[in-house]
Amino acid sequence: MSVLVYTESDRGKLKKVALEATSYANAVAALLGTTVTAISINGGDVTELGTYGASKVLQVTNSSLEKFNAKAFADVIKQAAEKESAKVVILTSSANSKYLAPLLAVNLNASLATNVVSVPESVSPFNVKSTVFTNKAFAFTELHKEIKIIELAKNTYGLKENQTSVSSEVYEPHLEDGDFAIQVQSVDRATDKVTIADAEIVVSAGRGLKGPENWGMIEDLAKVLGAATACSKPVSDMGWRPHGEHVGQTGKPVASNLYIAIGISGAIQHLAGINSSKVKVVINNDPEAPFFKAADYGIVGDAFEIVPKLTEKLKEFKANNA
Amino acid sequence: MKILVCISHVPDTTSKINFTDNNTKLDANGVQFVINPNDEFGLTRAMWFKEKQGATVHVVNVGGSETEPTLRKALAIGADEAIRVNATPTDGLFVAKQLAKVMQDGAYDLVIAGRESIDYNGGMVPGMLAALTNANFVNTCIQIEVDGNNVIAIREIDGGKETLKTTLPLVIGGQKGLVEESDLRIPNMRGIMQARQKPLNIVEAITASNEMQTLSFEKPAPKGAIKMVDAENIDELINLLHNEAKVI
Ligand SMILES: Cc1cc2nc3c(=O)[nH]c(=O)nc-3n(C[C@H](O)[C@H](O)[C@H](O)COP(=O)(O)OP(=O)(O)OC[C@H]3O[C@@H](n4cnc5c(N)ncnc54)[C@H](O)[C@@H]3O)c2cc1C
Repeated sequence: MSVLVYTESDRGKLKKVALEATSYANAVAALLGTTVTAISINGGDVTELGTYGASKVLQVTNSSLEKFNAKAFADVIKQAAEKESAKVVILTSSANSKYLAPLLAVNLNASLATNVVSVPESVSPFNVKSTVFTNKAFAFTELHKEIKIIELAKNTYGLKENQTSVSSEVYEPHLEDGDFAIQVQSVDRATDKVTIADAEIVVSAGRGLKGPENWGMIEDLAKVLGAATACSKPVSDMGWRPHGEHVGQTGKPVASNLYIAIGISGAIQHLAGINSSKVKVVINNDPEAPFFKAADYGIVGDAFEIVPKLTEKLKEFKANNA
Repeated sequence: MKILVCISHVPDTTSKINFTDNNTKLDANGVQFVINPNDEFGLTRAMWFKEKQGATVHVVNVGGSETEPTLRKALAIGADEAIRVNATPTDGLFVAKQLAKVMQDGAYDLVIAGRESIDYNGGMVPGMLAALTNANFVNTCIQIEVDGNNVIAIREIDGGKETLKTTLPLVIGGQKGLVEESDLRIPNMRGIMQARQKPLNIVEAITASNEMQTLSFEKPAPKGAIKMVDAENIDELINLLHNEAKVI
């Protein structure tokens, strides 16, 4: 009857979103009067999950699951849910979780709620609040099936400690050949960079930067802040920056603590995708730019002057606050 | 190769979103509906398969008669036939079950859907459809090549991309990258004329129970006022971000 949470890891290390999902699972378990079991696949050291309220961890170590495979991972989570008789399964909103969630929902004959932003409004009936229309609205939805899967939107619940004594159990799910009908041939990723999905801070720039040769100052600023870099859609359409950096309604969503927009006008499609960031700063030389209506802090001025200065000042600040 | 492109009929990206009937329904007043952007990239890639590899391309939507102009637009862009499953889409699984029936009846090899619809953002229909039909599934797909029964697909992952090898039948959740923005086609007069002659078949829905039900909607609370910082006073911005917003 426990609440099952899939705690994602990346190359053997638990992801921060997994800790947020565990904190959230703990709140849901409290509402249901039960405990939290985590399922970890090649997750390495999982003791930290106890800090956020997991009382049991099913640990899968299997070399055929070294690379992410949606069908196989969904199959493992399904078996874990059945073993624990879990009625609620918590997932994050990472690309991998979003990939496996619908497969899991069909396999478990469950109701699937995505982009959920808070603990259930009620558990009987089971009602959740989620974002819809790309952050332009919220929906309140009742989940009918006996088993519910919740995809928690990133950075909505936060990390909440609840030190619990956690036991770990080696778990060996049964895998079938059919689970591997899709094979990963190669993975191509920048290993030294923070991803937009995991970043606490995102530094984003738009057409106001005039050309790809001017991105050095954006990268410098991102580096001081330990931030990911992003861009507006036209910037990626013109090939100034890779598509993977395009954020907004038709690009990646951003839900960071801090979003810094430089030379971005603030079109509705851009804002929709970045709106769930907590604090937004805009730097733009046009005081009429719509972004000023959607941001928390703003500077009117030339990015080419302000950004390098900001980077220098932040370096000093970091040095003094280290 | 038979390709089915799933077309979601959604409010244009610039739409202001409001609700009626005691906040239980989208207020469609003044809203312009379009092909879901993710689906449009997929449709354009399907046209490439039609022109270069002789594929047949059908489009499908689960919805009421109000979605027909959107299907006609897909026909004008070049799809051969359209199917409308006559039902009000209540939830992702309901839609996936309708599409599974269409996919099986039509023996499609490749189903191209969008990674998510920009209205309810569920992102669940393509994966559910694949699971229901036992087809392979690639989500956030940004490139696809088909050679006979073999498929090489590239998927966007957090912080990079991944090359996958699989076989038909396949369902993808597509997005920009399948084709570039500049490849998208605006229907021309000839396309629009031809679209009028092309079949738009209406099929009745199969019964499927609701797995969930949206009870009401709410708009986000209005945003507080912005604090402006002078361009000459960057220390003040750092101070605010550190002491007030506590984000650095
Ligand atoms: C269907 C559809 C989907 C879309 N999806 C997205 C999406 O997902 N994401 C997205 O970003 N866009 C999206 N768009 C595009 C969107 O409408 C805007 O065109 C785009 O966001 C504008 O990008 P921008 O702000 O970089 O450029 P612009 O609008 O050209 O703005 C540039 C800004 O830079 C400022 N500037 C210029 N010089 C300087 C300087 N020296 N210093 C400081 N500021 C300067 C200008 O004042 C201006 O405000 C979509 C559009 C459509 C139709």
